[in-house]
This record gives sequence, structure tokens and C-alpha cells, in this order.
Amino acid sequence: MKPLLELKAVSVSFDGFLALNDLNLALAPGELRAVIGPNGAGKTTFLDVITGKVKPTRGDVCFRGQSLLGISEHRIARLGIGRKFQTPRVYQNLTPRRNLELAVKGSHSPFTLLLGRLNADQRDRVQELLAVVGLEANASRPAGSLSHGQKQWLEIAMLLAQDPDLLLVDEPVAGLSDEETERTGALLRQLAGDHTVLVIEHDMDFIRELDCPVTVLHEGHVLCEGSMDVVQRDPRVIEVYLGVEDEEVSAGATSAVATSAVASDSGSHQEIT
Amino acid sequence: MTVLLDTLFNGLAIGSVLMLAALGLAVVFGLMGVINMAHGELMMLGAYTTYVVQNLLKNGPLEGLFPAYILLSIPLAFVVSGLAGLLLEKTVIRRLYGRPLETLLATWGVSLILQQFVRSVSSAFFIGLVVAVALGMLAPRLLPAAWWRQRWSPLLGVGSWVGAGAIGIGLASALGNERSLDQPWFSARNIDVTAPEWLRGSIDVVGVTMPTARLFIIALTIVALVAVHWFLQKSVWGIRIRAVTQNRPMSSCLGIPTEKVDALTFLVGSGLAGVAGVAVTLLGSVGPNLGGNYIVDCFMVVVLGGVGKLLGTVVAALGIGVLSYILGSGSLLLLWPQMPAGLNETITFFATTSMAKVLVFILIVVFLQFRPAGLFPQKGRMVEA
Amino acid sequence: MTITSNTSVTPAAFLRRWWPWIAIIAAALILPFILPPFRLNLLGRFLSLGIVALGIDLIWGYTGLLSLGQGIFFALGGYAIAMYLQLDSLEPGQLPEFFGLYGVKALPLFWQPFNSPWFTLVAIWVIPALVAGLLGYLVFRNRIKGVYFSILTQAALLVFFNFFNGQQKLINGTNGLKTDTASFFGQMVGSDAMQRNLFWITVLLVIAAWYLCRWLTSGRFGDALIAVRDDEPRLRFTGYNPTAFKTVVFTVAGALAGISGALYTVQSGIVSPQFMAVPFSIEMVIWVAVGGRGTLIGAVLGAVLINYAKSLISEQLPETWLFIQGGLFLLVVTALPDGVVGWWRQGGPGRILAMLGSSPATATYPGLDQDPEVQAEKRAIESRAQTLESGASQPGGEP
Repeated sequence: MKPLLELKAVSVSFDGFLALNDLNLALAPGELRAVIGPNGAGKTTFLDVITGKVKPTRGDVCFRGQSLLGISEHRIARLGIGRKFQTPRVYQNLTPRRNLELAVKGSHSPFTLLLGRLNADQRDRVQELLAVVGLEANASRPAGSLSHGQKQWLEIAMLLAQDPDLLLVDEPVAGLSDEETERTGALLRQLAGDHTVLVIEHDMDFIRELDCPVTVLHEGHVLCEGSMDVVQRDPRVIEVYLGVEDEEVSAGATSAVATSAVASDSGSHQEIT
Repeated sequence: MTVLLDTLFNGLAIGSVLMLAALGLAVVFGLMGVINMAHGELMMLGAYTTYVVQNLLKNGPLEGLFPAYILLSIPLAFVVSGLAGLLLEKTVIRRLYGRPLETLLATWGVSLILQQFVRSVSSAFFIGLVVAVALGMLAPRLLPAAWWRQRWSPLLGVGSWVGAGAIGIGLASALGNERSLDQPWFSARNIDVTAPEWLRGSIDVVGVTMPTARLFIIALTIVALVAVHWFLQKSVWGIRIRAVTQNRPMSSCLGIPTEKVDALTFLVGSGLAGVAGVAVTLLGSVGPNLGGNYIVDCFMVVVLGGVGKLLGTVVAALGIGVLSYILGSGSLLLLWPQMPAGLNETITFFATTSMAKVLVFILIVVFLQFRPAGLFPQKGRMVEA
Repeated sequence: MTITSNTSVTPAAFLRRWWPWIAIIAAALILPFILPPFRLNLLGRFLSLGIVALGIDLIWGYTGLLSLGQGIFFALGGYAIAMYLQLDSLEPGQLPEFFGLYGVKALPLFWQPFNSPWFTLVAIWVIPALVAGLLGYLVFRNRIKGVYFSILTQAALLVFFNFFNGQQKLINGTNGLKTDTASFFGQMVGSDAMQRNLFWITVLLVIAAWYLCRWLTSGRFGDALIAVRDDEPRLRFTGYNPTAFKTVVFTVAGALAGISGALYTVQSGIVSPQFMAVPFSIEMVIWVAVGGRGTLIGAVLGAVLINYAKSLISEQLPETWLFIQGGLFLLVVTALPDGVVGWWRQGGPGRILAMLGSSPATATYPGLDQDPEVQAEKRAIESRAQTLESGASQPGGEP
């Protein structure tokens, strides 16, 4: 099957520092993929390259076989690539409903916004999404006053409203409660199939829940790929996360990796399981 | 050949003034990201300092030092403008870090106040002002401590300043009845600084007449540039400044007093404006509006050069200086007498100082179409954060 | 929302709903007959400045673009109407006087169309809009924003200022173009009767401009502007092109500035490059800042009140005006970031009263009752009232 997204030998250099180094990755249509890696592994730059925020120094990024190089961010987004940011980024001074109305799929030209109205489908979609993320009661107060978890969900809802083919989700469960984390996981699993989903996360338990192929990034390069169990047993991964080689740990590796990942993520997690 | 050298020299001279004026701005804007619209007025303070020093030394016991007054005023102007900048940082800018547009408006307000200040300052005015500021700042100590814990204490904060201002104005107008105290120090008109004897001549090198005043400014610019470079790259505080620029929280964790660093950076930047003010006095009479003539040009230099790189400032200032002179003096016509008629007319059209500015600006905007971040842009993920 | 339509409207309800408009219309009708012509003329001028302030509010208050160069568009509108009036009051074949001084024999080509009133009427706002659109597009395309945008607009302003000052032969250089002695429909533009008509036109146009801005900011377009201001990259990743939005809104602001400049010119009697002076354009920003950015009415109020204060103070104590103006800049930025109107709407006067102790600070949490979650919960509880489950009333609201 032809990959939906393909990164071919992508390198990004910031004044000589290689944020991405010869990165190769392919996503099949409908796939759910998790990307992990210690801090500074280039995860966010990786998303920046796909969404057009950063231009690769070398290599090529293809979406449905078409190169994305030199295409501006909003055109890439219109091609069907949606992105959720690491820290929730919603429009603080607009209500959740208006946030979603901006995000909902349709023409985004100034004149459409000025002269046109949302059609019935779009309005229904907004209402439906408000229900999905449980923000109906808060639909008409500024999004800035929502709790952290609600903002995370609102941003996920905005992503869904956009209805992209490829969803790039950066740390969707940071700062969420266990229950919310579980619901997010279920939502992402449900989306896969119709959509292609790429999740970046530090929370190893969450990734285990997703039950999907995992790619480990390290220093801008793919260290290894495989299921969570395979990845966790890989001595290179353990070395990257723990800094020492520890052969006998296999059952304990789960919690070790999880703990170190949580610790390395400068405190955006509250719960360590 | 002589024409070429002459053009180069004059362009260099214009560029060096621009560079000196923009240097302080490059430090403050480039390192702190603070837009200081009062930069031009800090230059003006430097120029007025020079004027005062000149008058003090002209007659009286220190007459022997008169020829060197311009050298004396350089450190003095640095101190005066630097302290004014420090006061500005402590009172206004400190509250506005991370809000560049607000800083821009606030410093513009300060620049208006400074302009009117030099126009209307008299001894009575000055005493009133000092008393008002002192009362306002000391109000928390002078009033009973219990008052500051009341529900209305925010109003007291505003009220104490209003009261201090009223006392200051009252005092100033009372003192103003005394004729000797009511004389404005400087009138609203422009002031003239007479260059000392040794800066009035000129030197001829291969047919190019180089006024010594211009040479002095070029030399001063080079010295200032080297000093700033040394300060930022080699001195302990310079390294701290750069550390804070790159990563404020981390610097703070490492024990660098970031507030002091901010204050110092601003002091240095403002002081450099004062030095530029000294140089400007050599070019002609100066007045309260001096700042307005330079501020936009200085910002263009910084924007064109790219933020945070001294080299960018140097290249941009020299480039703009030489280009303005070539266009403004119409010396392209001298260099290339038999150019096509259409081009000839265009160049004649732009061959005045103000029209040259128009063309230079257009060229800068065109340039920014290709290099939006300036000549020497910064790279990396931090840039857009 | 209470029910307002369908049922017959009582006079009291009608008054409650419409009193601001009734007051405005009444004032606009009466003022020209009770104010002395000089004061009426001042009020008309300040109101016309309210239009340029509305434009600045649109680009700064809503979209986050601080332009320090609105004077360009303001002056362009002024020059357009001034040249038309000069040409219109001439006999056929004559040229405006100043051309003779510089030895210009024929009307320059670009002034030719200004013989036509219809062209002028369109040019007043279309030319500034085109210049703004072009300048904006070139700047926004390269993602120049924040202070860089401000600096570039200021530089552009200085360039136009230099250019207009330097061109005696085309536009009479520093002297500018006079309009008060020109005649229009057989009347002197500077005459009292004409000024009264101009006042009414100004009032109408301010209201029209206000409606335009309200229309622009209230719907999804307005939301997109706010999104540009608050988080432009986010908007881009949602598939929007912020450059287009910024260009459109900057163009509109340019057009408003042109209309404002034309009205101001005919009421002050002259247009000159001083309209493009650097300080004047920053002053425009402070009107909006003091009035309250992000509130349309604040922009108009700020423009009128500050200019009124300026004219009063400049008559009495000219030296203090710059101090006061500088102080205003500092005050607004440090203490009143949302301006007077914003402060009022956020309950500022109430807070001051509370500080003074006239109304005791409430010990409860009145905000809790308005919390949508609590309200939704209340409704849910009420609907389940008959079953009355004891565990239903968990504490609601935000932590």
C-alpha cells in the first residue's frame, strides 16, 4: 500500500545543530502510530517539518505522494493535515463554540467568513463536537477560563472539526486525569482507520493502551520501530532513556522507561502511576 | 577616483553617525527585545550635556581644559543618559517586559515628556520635579504602614503620586516667582556647540578633503564599537547579559541576578545614546526635536541588520549611510556622466537628502521581501517562540 | 435574552433600548444651533478623527497590528478632496495658484481625474485603501509583525512625509492645499452654513463607520481577527491564511483613515504634510488606547475627548500639553490597559467604590451562580427532582 505520509532522509540544521538527522518514516493510510523519545530527540521539529513551519535542510516530505516542500502552512493544513500542539493552544478570548466554528471544515477565505454563514451541517458538527468533548455547558464563556483538561479537549475537538486525513497529536494527555486519559485513548483508537493518526506522548502507559506501532526518536534519528513490548526490550532504547545499559530488566523496564520519561518531561505530568 | 573616494568618505561619515546612534538601540532592542522610542531623546540629553560642559569650561577657573571639553563630555554624557535610561528602566520598562507594543507606547510618552522637559526646565521647575519624584517614591515610607493594608490602598498608591505631583507643582510655581529661579536653562530654540579649535580644520588625503570633526566621529564610532564588542564578549557582565538573553530562567537558576542584568543592559544602551549625542553636536545645532530626526533611521538600521547581531548593525548603518549619500548628492552622475537619459532623470529626481531617504526606504522594503529577518538573521526554534 | 419582539413594544422598553441613539440624533440636530460656530467646527473635526480611530481599533484592538503610519492614508484622503475643491472653484482653463509660483503650466496628469466629483468621492477612500493594501500585503506576506510592523509603518510614514514635503511642483510641498476659500455649490467651504452641513455629514459617516466596524468584528470574520491577534500560528495550522485577513483589515482601516482625513481637511481648511508627521500618527493610537482598544465606541470617544482636552489645554497652558500627553501614554499602558471604556465594562467604578467601602465587599461567591457548569447542573438536578438521588449534588464550579 502506498504510504500516506513519507519522510525521506530529512535533516534539519539550526546553525549547525542537527535537530533532525537523516530521518526516514512512512505512515500507511489509516494507521495509528506513536512516536516517543527523550527530550531534545526532535519530536516537535519533526512535526514542524511535516506542517511546513520548518523547512528541511535536506530530504523530502511527501503527503499522498506529493512533496510538501515549499508549501505554506495553511495550504498544508488545507491538504488535510491537522495538528494539536504540545501545550493546549486555543483562542483564549473566544468561546469554545466560536473556537470550533473557526476550525470547522469549509472555506477559510476572508470573504466567505464575512459574507457567508455556517451551513446546517457545519453547525450540527460544532454542536456534536461540543457534546463529544463535554463542553456544552461551557460553550459560551471565554476558552481562557477553562481548566487545563478542558482546553486539551477543546483543542482535540478543533482538530476533529477540521476533519483532516492525517492527525498529528502532540502530547494529548499531558495534564489530564486518568479517566480523561482513557477517554482520549479510546477516541484516538476510534479515529484510526478512517484517519491516520500520529501521536507523540511521554506517558508510556497511555501508549501501551493505544496498542499500536511505536517509533523511537533519538537525536533526530529513528532509533527503532516496533510494538511497545519490542521497543521496551531494545537495549538501545533503555540506554537512551536511562543512560546505562541494564540487561536483566525486562519486566521492570516498563516502569523504568515510564518513570524516566515522566521525569524528563519538566513537570507537565501530575500523575505517576 | 577622487570622486569615488570622496563619496566613500562622506558615506562613511554619515554611516558612522548612524551606527553610533543605532549601537545603543541594537544593544537594548537586540539583547532585551525592548523598543525604546525615547532613545533619540537620550541622545538629546547627551547633546545637551555637551552643551553644558562647554559652557562650564568656556569661562572660569577651568578654562585651560576648554580644548578638551568634547573628550570630557563623552564619559559625562554616557553617565547622564545612562542614568536617565536606568531610571526609565526601573520605573516604566520593568513593568512591561514581554509586552513590546506597550513598551513602545510608554517610551514614546517618555520621549514627549523629555522633549518638553528640556524646553521648559528651569531651576524652580527642576526643584519641584525632584521634590515630587522623591515624595512619590518615599510615600510608602512616610505614610503610616497601616494605611497600606487597607482595602483602599491601591487608591492610596495613585493618590500619593497625585499628591506628590501637586506639591511639586505648587513648589515650582512658588519658586517661579523668584525671577532668577524662573529662567529656563535652555530655551525652546536650538543650541549651538562650538567645536574646539582642533576639530575645525580638515585634512587632505589624495585630493579628498576630510573635516577633522568627521574623522573624530568615525574614530569615536570605532572606539565605541570595539568597547561594546569587548564588553559583551569578554567581560563577566557581558557574558551574563548574553546568558540572560539566551535563556532567562536558566540564567536565573544559575544565580545570575537577572534584574541587575536588565538594568545594566539598559544603562549601557542608553549611555551609548548619550555618546552618540556628543557626536551629533559636532554636525550642527541641536534642539529638543533632535531625537525625532534619528529614531526612525536607527530602527531601520536595526531591522535591516537583523536583531541581535552587532555585525548586522555595522553593515546596515554603513550601507544606508553610503547609499543615502550617493543618492542624495547625486554623485552617481559624476561617476557615470554618460548614463541613459531616463535613468539620469530618475537619479536627479531623488538627488536631495530627503528624497534619498525615500528611495533608501523603498530599497529596504524590497530587500526585506527577500530576507525578511534582515541581513544576519537568527535561526532556531527559539526565534518564533 | 429576554423576549423583545413579537409583542407590542411599550414606550418605556423602546426608550431603554434606543436611548443612546435618540440622544445622539437629538444632540446632532440641536448642537449646530446652540454651539458657537468655532466650537461646532472643533467638534466636527474631532468626530471625523473618530473615524480614523475606528480603523486603528480594527487593526490594533482586534487584530493586534499596531500601525504608526495611519497618517499616510489620512493625508491621502485629505489631499484628494482638497485638490478637487481647488479645481472645482476655478474658472475653466485656470490652474490653482501655487502651480504658477513653481512655473507649472499644465495640470499634472495624475491630478486630471480630480476634476470629476464622482471620481473624487471614490478616490477619497479607494486610493488610501489601495496604498494600505499594497503596503500591508508586502509586509504581512513576509510575516513581519509585532514591533517590526510598527517600525516599518512609521518609517513608511516618514518617507511619505519627506516625499510630500519635497514636491512643490506637484502638491505645493510644505504649504499644503487650502480648502476653506474654495467654493462648493456656490458656497465657501469655510462658511458657517457649509460647516454645519459638514458637521451633519460627519456625524452620519461616523455612525456608518461604526456600523461597518461592528459588522466586521461581530461574526466569524471578527473571530478570525481576534485569532490572528491571539495566536496567529495556530490559525495558520487550521488552514487559514492570516496574510489575507490582515491585508483585508489593514485595507479597510486605510479606507477609513482616508475618509477621516477628507472630512478633517474640509473642516480645518487645509491639508499639509503635517498630517503625515510622525507624532500625529502615534497620537491617533493613544486616542484608541485611552478610549479602550477592542471597544469600538471607546475609539470614537477617545478621539473626541482627548482632542477636546488638547484644544482646551493648548489654549490655556501650552507648555503642559506634552507632559500631559506623555503622562497619558504611561498611564494607559501601566494602569488602564483596556482603556476607559474597557475599565468601565469590567466593573472598574464598582471596584473603586468597593475600595472606598461604600458597598461592602461580598463574602459569598456571586460568580459561582453564574458559572455555566453550575447552572447546567442546577437544571439537571431540578429535572431529576422527583427521583431525588442523594449523591447528585456534588460540588460544582472551578477549583
